[in-house]
Amino acid sequence: MNGEYTTVSIPKPLYERIKNIIKDTGFTSVSSFVIYVLREVVASYEQEKIEVFSEEEKKAIIEKLRKLGYI
Amino acid sequence: MVSKPHGGKLIRRIKRDFEKEDIQTLEVSLEQALDIENICRGVFSPLEGFLDRNNYLSVLENKRLSNDIPWTIPIILDVSNQSIDGLKEGDDVLLKYYDRNIALMNIEEIYQWDKKQYARYIYGTTDPEHPGVSKIYKMNDYLVAGKLELLNSVPTRFERYTLWPIETRILFRERGWRTIVGFQTRNAPHRGHEYVQKAALTFVDGLFVNPLVGWKKKGDYKDDVILAAYETLIKHYYPRDVVVLAVLRTSMRYAGPREAVHHAIMRKNFGCTHFIIGRDHAGVGNYYGPYDAWKIFQEFPDLGITPLFIREAFYCKKCDGMVNEKICPHNEEYRIHISGTNIRRMLLNGERPPEYMMRREVAETILSFENPFM
Amino acid sequence: MGEKVTIEIPKELYEKAQKYIQESGGEFKSVNELVEFVLNELLSEEEEETVFTPEEEEKIKQRLKSLGYI
Repeated sequence: MNGEYTTVSIPKPLYERIKNIIKDTGFTSVSSFVIYVLREVVASYEQEKIEVFSEEEKKAIIEKLRKLGYI
Repeated sequence: MVSKPHGGKLIRRIKRDFEKEDIQTLEVSLEQALDIENICRGVFSPLEGFLDRNNYLSVLENKRLSNDIPWTIPIILDVSNQSIDGLKEGDDVLLKYYDRNIALMNIEEIYQWDKKQYARYIYGTTDPEHPGVSKIYKMNDYLVAGKLELLNSVPTRFERYTLWPIETRILFRERGWRTIVGFQTRNAPHRGHEYVQKAALTFVDGLFVNPLVGWKKKGDYKDDVILAAYETLIKHYYPRDVVVLAVLRTSMRYAGPREAVHHAIMRKNFGCTHFIIGRDHAGVGNYYGPYDAWKIFQEFPDLGITPLFIREAFYCKKCDGMVNEKICPHNEEYRIHISGTNIRRMLLNGERPPEYMMRREVAETILSFENPFM
Repeated sequence: MGEKVTIEIPKELYEKAQKYIQESGGEFKSVNELVEFVLNELLSEEEEETVFTPEEEEKIKQRLKSLGYI
């Protein structure tokens, strides 16, 4: 099945407060708000993988860029 | 810092050694060949191949891949009923464009798609008058998914202007740029474009002008004309070393808001940290609201490239310069809007548009072509 | 134990959050805890923004109006 979901649980008072502040904001549910916030948090942390090119490759690319007049 | 590749990893799937055994082949169109090279050279990172059904549906319904990474335009390979004969999941297949071996694909899935559903989700309309929709309706009924490995580049007339993400990333770093704004275009630059680019350039380190070359409508500027016009503009009106001009070979889909996000993602892969979103970006006719392409970005707190919403520029006689809605208080009577259509008409008649619309040098460059339009 | 409310989120996002927790070095024990923390943080920011009572707000608006700012 496409788009699998799972659940998290938060204290009811917190839920109510969130519900309150998202009124008139375009967020249609606490769930859509939590998804938004969590995506933001996780994305800011995602680490860049180690660079995928070697020194030689880099040299060759710089040479090409020089030939084309970009550097 | 130059932007992280989308999904965290710059995809590079290039295979140099290939021995021709007994392998099935599949002919691909130019457009498909370009998609293949864009996948293998990381323009479409994190994609490693054409979308499988699960990811395809996720992009339609959620505007995200099934691993939750934002993705708004399905990258798919359609195959005719005849070609599908004899192909099965698990097979390796050689993809050819004319007599050139483009890539190897390992077939993961063969599936059917609902084109109306595609049109509804991606274009927001099933109207066959929409150029994107009509193109979809003409496509084959089967899609093939699978990871790719590039064997050879797709031939291009624009070798001199072809840079791939790994190259722009190194280039930006060599130039010492930390913030780079991307600019998407299909036009020769008029004063409005220049204004918008310079407004952005005022607070970032570098500008990446990235014209989309490839399939065009009749009446559009020819690709060579766009490049020559930009060369002229940059030579006369931009400081040295703040601009990089390179082409992007992919087709326009006219999917408005969804395509605006797609355009931003591709430029993120080139290393841009910012991307200019125009009014009615990638729109066509009246299918999308003028600011729909701005609104959609609210759905992506995790996009990883900052959209810049810069209003359309016009000339104001009272301000005595190029301005926009946000900074000019004067009435319509003082404003001269710069219409690309008007400029094209003048150029078509061999006339040079007035300087407040288009730089003299740029207009002359365009007029030096025997026929600047498709 | 207070009452809890369950919220649906995409499974993939949940898994990314889990990875985030592991890599952030034991600050949070579960995705639930992370979500709770982030939401509380947001709410407290929100509350800092509204450091005035509705009556105060009304009074200030009146003054801004009389000065022609709004």
